[in-house]
Amino acid sequence: MISFWVAVLSVSILLYVLLDGFDLGIGIIFGFMPTEARRASLLQAIEPLWDGNETWLVVTGVVLWGAFPIVYATLLSAFYLPLLAMLGGLILRGVAFEFRDKAERLRWIWDAGFALGSLVAAFVQGVAVGALVEGLPMSDGQYVGGDFGWASPFALLCGVGLCVGYALLGAAWLAYKCEGELKDTAYRLIRFLAPGLLFFLVVVFAFALNKNFAVMERWLTRPILFLFPMVGVSAGALLGASVKQRWDAGPFITVAIIFVSAFGTLALSFWPYMIPFSITIDQAAAPRESLSFMFWGAGLFVFPLMLVYVVFNYRVFRGKNRPSADHY
Amino acid sequence: MELSALLLSRLQFAFTVSFHIIFPSFTIGLAVWLTALEAVYQGTGRPVFRRVFEFWLKIFGVAFGLGVVSGIVLAFQFGTNWSVLSRMSGPIQGPLLTYETFTAFALEASFFGVLVFGRRRVPPWLYLFSTAMVALGTTFSAFWIMVNNSWMQVPVGYSLENGAFVPKDWAAIIFSPVVWVRFPHMLLASFITGAFCVAATGAWYFLRKEFEAEARVMLRMGLFLAALFVPAQLLFGHLTGDYVHKYQPAKFAAIEGRWETEQPAGEVVIAWPNSKKEANDFEIKIPFLGSLIASMSFDSKEVGLKDFPVHERPPVVIPFFSFRIMVGCGLAMLALAWLGPYLIWKGRLEQSRWLLWLIFLSFPLPFIATLTGWFTAEVGRQPWTVYGVLRTADAATPFLTTRAVAISLVLYFVLYSFIFLFGVFYIYRLLQAGPAGALVTASHDATPSRPMSVAKTPLVNGQAQEARGD
Ligand code: HDD
Ligand code: HEM
Ligand code: HEM
Repeated sequence: MISFWVAVLSVSILLYVLLDGFDLGIGIIFGFMPTEARRASLLQAIEPLWDGNETWLVVTGVVLWGAFPIVYATLLSAFYLPLLAMLGGLILRGVAFEFRDKAERLRWIWDAGFALGSLVAAFVQGVAVGALVEGLPMSDGQYVGGDFGWASPFALLCGVGLCVGYALLGAAWLAYKCEGELKDTAYRLIRFLAPGLLFFLVVVFAFALNKNFAVMERWLTRPILFLFPMVGVSAGALLGASVKQRWDAGPFITVAIIFVSAFGTLALSFWPYMIPFSITIDQAAAPRESLSFMFWGAGLFVFPLMLVYVVFNYRVFRGKNRPSADHY
Repeated sequence: MELSALLLSRLQFAFTVSFHIIFPSFTIGLAVWLTALEAVYQGTGRPVFRRVFEFWLKIFGVAFGLGVVSGIVLAFQFGTNWSVLSRMSGPIQGPLLTYETFTAFALEASFFGVLVFGRRRVPPWLYLFSTAMVALGTTFSAFWIMVNNSWMQVPVGYSLENGAFVPKDWAAIIFSPVVWVRFPHMLLASFITGAFCVAATGAWYFLRKEFEAEARVMLRMGLFLAALFVPAQLLFGHLTGDYVHKYQPAKFAAIEGRWETEQPAGEVVIAWPNSKKEANDFEIKIPFLGSLIASMSFDSKEVGLKDFPVHERPPVVIPFFSFRIMVGCGLAMLALAWLGPYLIWKGRLEQSRWLLWLIFLSFPLPFIATLTGWFTAEVGRQPWTVYGVLRTADAATPFLTTRAVAISLVLYFVLYSFIFLFGVFYIYRLLQAGPAGALVTASHDATPSRPMSVAKTPLVNGQAQEARGD
């Protein structure tokens, strides 16, 4: 039962990162686009999808609360201020999307809100991952860090890194979705962002080695962990090839694989801890009565249905966006 | 009172959830009314019903979108501000909220899509079915939330193990008698909200002498539904009061403004409860009525607040007045909802401009009743978060600083006010543009996962363009 809910949680987080990742990334790129025409076509590439993507955040939140209440309570309260910034960013971004069309003179406000909201949300997520890798100040299973216990140079570095990563994912989505000028821009961005991400990964790794984080110990004792980074590296090579070949779906697929392998790396190196290194999965899990109550309805029936729905939705909107043609 | 992190957290929760409930209470009712409308349209085939349907579908989309945006914060706020509560009650509240999200997501995501682009692509029965399913989805949401909150009001079916509430009997939690009076009370509140908003819009168009065919449908259906729902609501309100009387005597005494235990008990109609003096100022009281209302007898003994130690008493002023405001709104709505159909029956409503004005101006009443109802329930529950078991002061995140909560409260306040102003302005413009000729289909980028996109369709008639003013 516990492993089932670990799986559901992982799938939800991964889906969130991959799906909302690319549209947050496009939000970041949006901020750097000079003309209204470009901006409008950027939005078109995510318009039918972004809100559904964000739903996975709520799903992650409630599954975490139901299945691992201690982790939910500890993490959310420890990340109080960054979480506030993230939720604020997501709200701003969500309404900007809807209201920018209705505004003429004030459109720039919504545009700024959209770009800034995306940037902040991405940054906070990176910071959270960084803080977890470094280890939150915990004692006796309680968070003891105060308002800024999560903040550290390393965590902030990870925040910037994730912004670059999401922007890369966004650019890859654009290469897949768009034609013409925008596609060229997307490829240019990928050429520039991919080395950027690589650079960040190397710096982050060096930093971690240098600081001697507890995580690094586990790497030395569990060589199998190197499997995931290997997959990531090969995906990186493929990414280069697909950019050269101009295989439009290639960048998105390979960057997605890089994200999955990064997620796998993290998950495996923390295992069996959920909050490294103080709360394990078994300690955090809700009582059996709760897990099986969720399993026999939400888990067994509704969750698969939701996955089917995502696949269906992406099939409907697959293929290139043609600037003004009707989809149907 | 000192501005502590605890007090600010309470303010913040109350503010965000009060803001949120405005939209669900409207959309739950509207979804049901849309279903009724579509059924009538398919039964009669008269295009006016379809025009009214498409018009309200757009408004539904915008309000629904605002509900989603404002709800996301709530799902996280339990963990951020009430971490002790969420750690302890996670095994019970977490699964309930998971069910809420999952079932609502599944129903709304799949069937809302049909509503948005389906009219021409699916058979009529399927369109009607999808409308009903969206209504069912919002109703399910409300159900799980009410189970959740009812468990906090009257905790049942659990045992306390290692500092956590472990669910021992889910059937007892879900089929608690408290749920089955509060859930209908909340559901009826939403239905009444929907019905009054529709009727008020109809009255508004009549007063402006516009869209009269559509206005007639709105006014008649709205008033007719309200005439049924409001009396039912008063009945369920009474049953809700019974549960409070039985399980939460301190809250009941606060609502009644009763300080001393009395036998037989009087009913305080109006007063200013003064908790320093432990008595009421300016009291108007009817003898015997208190016993009659609470226990259906003329000589029952009713407990007063002084029977409880001071630290187990709820604040008195807020429950006392918000309860009276809720009941007052209910009675005012009852008058309107019966007078209106009576005049329709006499064939005089459309000439009675004074009543049209009253109906038009009445649209805030259901919202006020819903909010004050929640204030009664939640403030009256204090000082407990899980009634009788977990104090609010112990439920909050222990290490939260006043500074952090102050920042978040201000930010949510600014952000929500901003959204609210734009959202309400936008709904107002849609209402002002009116339903005429608006037989439009969804724009190409409208999608089920973006409720507000339904309303994006350009308004096609000239009047609408004018009204948009840009
Ligand atoms: C009686 C009804 C009711 C009540 C008391 C509440 N809600 Fe709500 N909520 C709804 C009825 C609703 C709804 C009608 O189901 C909404 C409106 C739009 C939607 O998608 O569902 C919704 C949306 C909604 C969403 C967005 C879901 C999505 O992304 O689709 C969240 C996270 C919450 N709610 C959470 C809460 C929490 C934590 C509450 C408790 C304090 C709460 N709501 C009170
Ligand atoms: C004679 C009329 C009414 C009576 C006697 C009544 C009674 C009550 C009582 C005692 C509560 C507190 C329940 C608790 O503490 O949990 C309550 C809550 C509430 N009331 Fe009413 N009510 C009446 C009319 C209305 C009307 C007309 C509306 C809305 C249109 C409404 C909406 C609500 C809501 C939303 C709540 C909070 C949810 C809940 O606790 O169930 N009520 N009502
Ligand atoms: C949606 C309509 C609701 C409204 C308008 C509402 C209103 C309020 C208010 C005014 C307070 C502050 C009480 C005080 O501290 O004096 C409060 C607190 C609270 N309510 Fe509600 N409430 C609603 C629904 C819910 C639901 C559905 C839940 C649970 C599932 C809930 C859980 C809480 C919690 C956890 C607190 C903070 C702790 C406490 O003060 O007990 N509320 N709410």
